[in-house]
Amino acid sequence: MTSRVPPAEDRSKRSEGASAAPRGRRRVLHAGIPYVFILPFMLWFLVFLVLPLVYALGLSVFETRLVGGNAFVGLDNYTRAFGDANFWEGVRRMVVFGIFQVPIMLGMALAFALVLDSGTIWLRSLFRLGFYLPYAVPSVVAALIWGYLYGPSFGPFTQLAELLNFPTPNFLSDRLMLASIANIVTWEFTGYNMIIMYAALQSLPAELDDAGAVDGAKGWQIALYIKVPMIRSAIFLTVIFSIIGTLQLFNEPQVMYAIAPQVIRDHYTPNLYAYTLAFTNQQYNYSAAISFVLGAVVVVFSYTFMLLTNRGELRSR
Amino acid sequence: MTSLARKTTASGKLRRTKGVNTALLFIFLIYSFLPLFYLIVSSTKSNAELFSTFGLWFTSSFHLFSNVQEVFTHDGGIYLTWLWNTAYYTVLSAVGATFLATIAGYSFAKFRFRGRTLLFALVLGSIMIPQTALAIPLYLLLSKMALVNTPLAFILPSLVFPFGVYLMRVYAEQSIPDELLDAARVDGAGEFRIFFKVALRILAPGFVTVLLFAFVFTWNNYFLPLIVLSDPKLYTITVGLALWNSQASAGGGAQALFPLIITGSLLGIVPIIAAFLFLQRFWQGGLTFGSLK
Repeated sequence: MTSRVPPAEDRSKRSEGASAAPRGRRRVLHAGIPYVFILPFMLWFLVFLVLPLVYALGLSVFETRLVGGNAFVGLDNYTRAFGDANFWEGVRRMVVFGIFQVPIMLGMALAFALVLDSGTIWLRSLFRLGFYLPYAVPSVVAALIWGYLYGPSFGPFTQLAELLNFPTPNFLSDRLMLASIANIVTWEFTGYNMIIMYAALQSLPAELDDAGAVDGAKGWQIALYIKVPMIRSAIFLTVIFSIIGTLQLFNEPQVMYAIAPQVIRDHYTPNLYAYTLAFTNQQYNYSAAISFVLGAVVVVFSYTFMLLTNRGELRSR
Repeated sequence: MTSLARKTTASGKLRRTKGVNTALLFIFLIYSFLPLFYLIVSSTKSNAELFSTFGLWFTSSFHLFSNVQEVFTHDGGIYLTWLWNTAYYTVLSAVGATFLATIAGYSFAKFRFRGRTLLFALVLGSIMIPQTALAIPLYLLLSKMALVNTPLAFILPSLVFPFGVYLMRVYAEQSIPDELLDAARVDGAGEFRIFFKVALRILAPGFVTVLLFAFVFTWNNYFLPLIVLSDPKLYTITVGLALWNSQASAGGGAQALFPLIITGSLLGIVPIIAAFLFLQRFWQGGLTFGSLK
């Protein structure tokens, strides 16, 4: 085998250092091995992630003309994107969406995770599983089912309202559509976020509860002041994922588009707009530029959040 | 006596807290189950009954089997093709993606090498990239490689799962003691042998976790197959159902496609929920990320 036994004095030095140094810090035994191990992933990463990005960057500075083929246009597509009212309308809509939906969803997820973790509950595994179940449902199917539930023709909410002589709510109207989509997203992802937080809570030492109790702290005080700060990197992760997911929203509005095309229209979300530009209008170049501006918007929002919370857990991991 | 009294009040209080908490969570549980319950109820109804009966309860007639039969035979049995496609794309992608992520995550966790921090930051940063920023150039690239509209157009990009690398790195860092690897090295085992014989066993719960994530992610993926597959014979369940949905909506909302979509949706989520329930006992061990509890 290619492995080499490290000299004895080396090893003793290492084990000494290991207790003081953070875990994972280790001496390189074979310089090549780690590269061989990450090679398959990095190769795929390069071909199917980096290469398309570079290609898109290239696309975004060209324009396809009817006469003369591709022409280099520099930043023209970006200038156009920055002044594109359709695009910014979508971004604004998603920001409004995120301001309401993300705190509600993550707040519930955190509360449920704390309750589940505290053990002051019956049927714990039923809840854990039941809450997570919607995440297993494809977002297309989730949007379809909720679309039927909302539906004005045979949706049960409409039926109930008619039965009780209430005014029938039109969930698919211009006014309520955003909230209706927010509900679908909340339904899909609350349990998923809860599980991430719950897993972090479960990895905290059990002595925390006892120590807190000895100090006279109530269960909810231990949860709020001791446990929540200790799982902040998990919470941080869920916020970042939610910001990214919100700005990129596509599947749910796209399914709703088929049901209520007058309300959704083709630029309801920035991603839907980029999709329409590319695959309906064949404007690949401009669509690539839009995607990059959207990427920049995502980075700006994520980074602002990182700066606001004043820590870079994601990077330091 | 006093201590006994205090104990009973404490346990009574605990029971009350438990009752209130359980009741609160129960409300959310109903919310979580409601759409699935509606789906099950609706799949037992005929098209006419969907419109004429209350949506959240069963009717005396039972049309589930005729609906299922209709789903499987509609348009020459295209739904079965979609189901098969989804299973085949998903299994290949999920297993491949998990393996790539595991070996890379293990390497990021357990070796120090030049460029480690940079490469890992790159992998992690890629999670932030909008789907469209990738999907459109991916489509154009794949069409240059003559792969568009083939199963590979969906499978190959699905093998990249950066979030899986992140999870496996965290899991490997926490679950594999350096001492164990060192001991194996002292015994003369090579790095590949150590990975396959020692590390992979310890990583098994993490492997299952990432496998489950990758499985759910690929099975439920809509955007990528929507873009890279244009032949309905190659569609996945999600793209196929969306196709039926747009056909039904375009047909003025009164078409007999509704039972098809509802029953098709139900059949489409059965495998993923089954996989989920089957794997969850491994997965619960995995998601605590090697906590020693």
